[in-house]
Amino acid sequence: MAKPYCILASFDSPAALIQAAEKTRDAGYKHFDCYSPFPIHGMDAAMGLKRSPLGLIAAGGAFGGLATAALMQWWMSAVDYPLVLSGKPFFSYQAFVPIAFELTILGAALAAVFGMFALNQMPQYHHPVFESDKLLKTSSDNGFVLAIESSDPAFSTDGVEQFMKDLGAAQIEHVAQEEEGEHV
Amino acid sequence: MSSLQGLSKVKEKPLIEGNPSFQWITEKISAIVEANRAPKYWLPALGFFSSLLLVLGGSVGYLLWEGVGIWGVQVPNAWGWAIINFVFWVGIGHAGTLISAILFLFRQKWRTSINRSAEAMTLFAVMCALVFPAIHVGRVWVVYWMFPLPNQMQMWPNFRSPLLWDVFAVNVYFMVSLLFWYVGLIPDLATLRDRATSKIKQVVYGVFALGWKGGNRQWKHYELAYLLLAGVATPLVLSVHSVVSFDFAVSQVPGWHTTIFPPYFVAGAIFSGFAMVLTLMILVRKIYNLESIITMGHLDKITKVLLATGLMVGYAYTIEFFTAWYSGNEYESFIFKARAMGPYAWAYWIMFSCNVFVPQIFWFKAARKSIPIMFVASILINIGMWFERFVIVITSLAQDYLPSSWGYFKPTIWDILTFVGTFGLFFTMFLLFLRFVPMVAMSEVKGVLPAADPHHHEEENHG
Repeated sequence: MAKPYCILASFDSPAALIQAAEKTRDAGYKHFDCYSPFPIHGMDAAMGLKRSPLGLIAAGGAFGGLATAALMQWWMSAVDYPLVLSGKPFFSYQAFVPIAFELTILGAALAAVFGMFALNQMPQYHHPVFESDKLLKTSSDNGFVLAIESSDPAFSTDGVEQFMKDLGAAQIEHVAQEEEGEHV
Repeated sequence: MSSLQGLSKVKEKPLIEGNPSFQWITEKISAIVEANRAPKYWLPALGFFSSLLLVLGGSVGYLLWEGVGIWGVQVPNAWGWAIINFVFWVGIGHAGTLISAILFLFRQKWRTSINRSAEAMTLFAVMCALVFPAIHVGRVWVVYWMFPLPNQMQMWPNFRSPLLWDVFAVNVYFMVSLLFWYVGLIPDLATLRDRATSKIKQVVYGVFALGWKGGNRQWKHYELAYLLLAGVATPLVLSVHSVVSFDFAVSQVPGWHTTIFPPYFVAGAIFSGFAMVLTLMILVRKIYNLESIITMGHLDKITKVLLATGLMVGYAYTIEFFTAWYSGNEYESFIFKARAMGPYAWAYWIMFSCNVFVPQIFWFKAARKSIPIMFVASILINIGMWFERFVIVITSLAQDYLPSSWGYFKPTIWDILTFVGTFGLFFTMFLLFLRFVPMVAMSEVKGVLPAADPHHHEEENHG
């Protein structure tokens, strides 16, 4: 039997999936994921995941927006097209605050969203785990699904299947490796 | 100790009635989008409002052909309905962001039932608002001069002008609201993709779901992105209406040049926006049988927000008179007397009654439980908030420093048709949203069900 891409196991509740994730983490598996219809509180710790670096990315976006606004307003009002308006100085920074604030927000928001896309590898319209016929789809409805991938060094088909049975999985599904040339 | 134990037995009212299963939520919300036929009022309503949208198109077309002379704007009232309608619509948008961002930061979990449709309301209201600054400029074909883009005059916009701040604030507001709304939609679009029965639906929802898998390795980044967006949208929404108020407050016109304007405008915006949310939610929960998801408890909370913000608005109206008197400034005092007792007193008292007296009814529990009372009150508040902007914009300009240049503003039929037309735009978009996009955030509602808490069963066992 060919090695599958991954093996999926479904559980009945968020609590059961958290327990399964803790045991999977403790058993030394690294390439695994927990699919659920909503984010489960405490799952990051249960899976042993580090904090997302997205905060730093958004901060970078915020500073980028701020710098853009400051440079743009300074260059346009004081360098390229200096014009006396209401007797104010060319670089009247107090009046530049609102736009600087708005562009800081815009930079942070864009960085947060597109940074999240990058970290999550989105958009990505094909992924081997989508080959699952049965269990994965339930995870956007009411399913709580653990996936252990065959790329994990500790992976063996029989070993993982037995491990999942011991975890109390309700259902188990093998997701086949894609055949060559099947990529769209 | 015993009293503490007693406390833990006080059960909060469930956010979603009937403690449904996750699957029930998926079925209930997806079925609305997946149904082959919309509810029976949907198509006639779409026909009516898209006709109004045509009215907007026609009025704007005639405006482009003939020029802003078709409107009632005339010296001394160089600002008229365009700015009134702009502020009115932007204000309505603010409730959506308040529900999606500020209530998220405050962990108000009840928001999950209404945040999707309230955010959609924000987007469509801001679209209606953006129509007016774009078309009021006269020569619409050079509207890009508002943006810092190179142009044939080799000039840059004036960054010291509040009007330019407004361009940035409202555009950023639209973009961030769109991002926030779309990020919230991704998991639900993936649900629809996974349930799709036809290839076309699968491809379309699949494309918009961006390949969302729903694993915790994605949720981890997703949740932080959502939190960050809420974190930046909160100061943004407060800044947007503050900047809108700068359009007035930074000028030297009596009745406009006041420091209370930013908080007063923000409170008014949230007030009017919640009134619109209440109007829409009453209709939506009835037509789509969502009474167990958008519960009476939700409506009760919305009316309490209306009461609170209504009091803030009432305070602002009153303190303006005190400030005008206390300033000792003749012109400032005059304009406020003119507002309440002058030629526009009728508009002032419509505003005051609708915005200050009407919400007081929500002190009474019976009013917070009565759908007809809530519905009528929400409409009256929306009318009152339109008149608030009318009073601010029109009265201060109509009677300025020189009595010889006083005037009385009268709208033309084109002012009225353009404004009515924006309701066509708003409701056409909202009806399309109800038909093609899940109107309740399924993944978020599932997340606040008792069963979603990983400690749910433990508690019951210990209980």
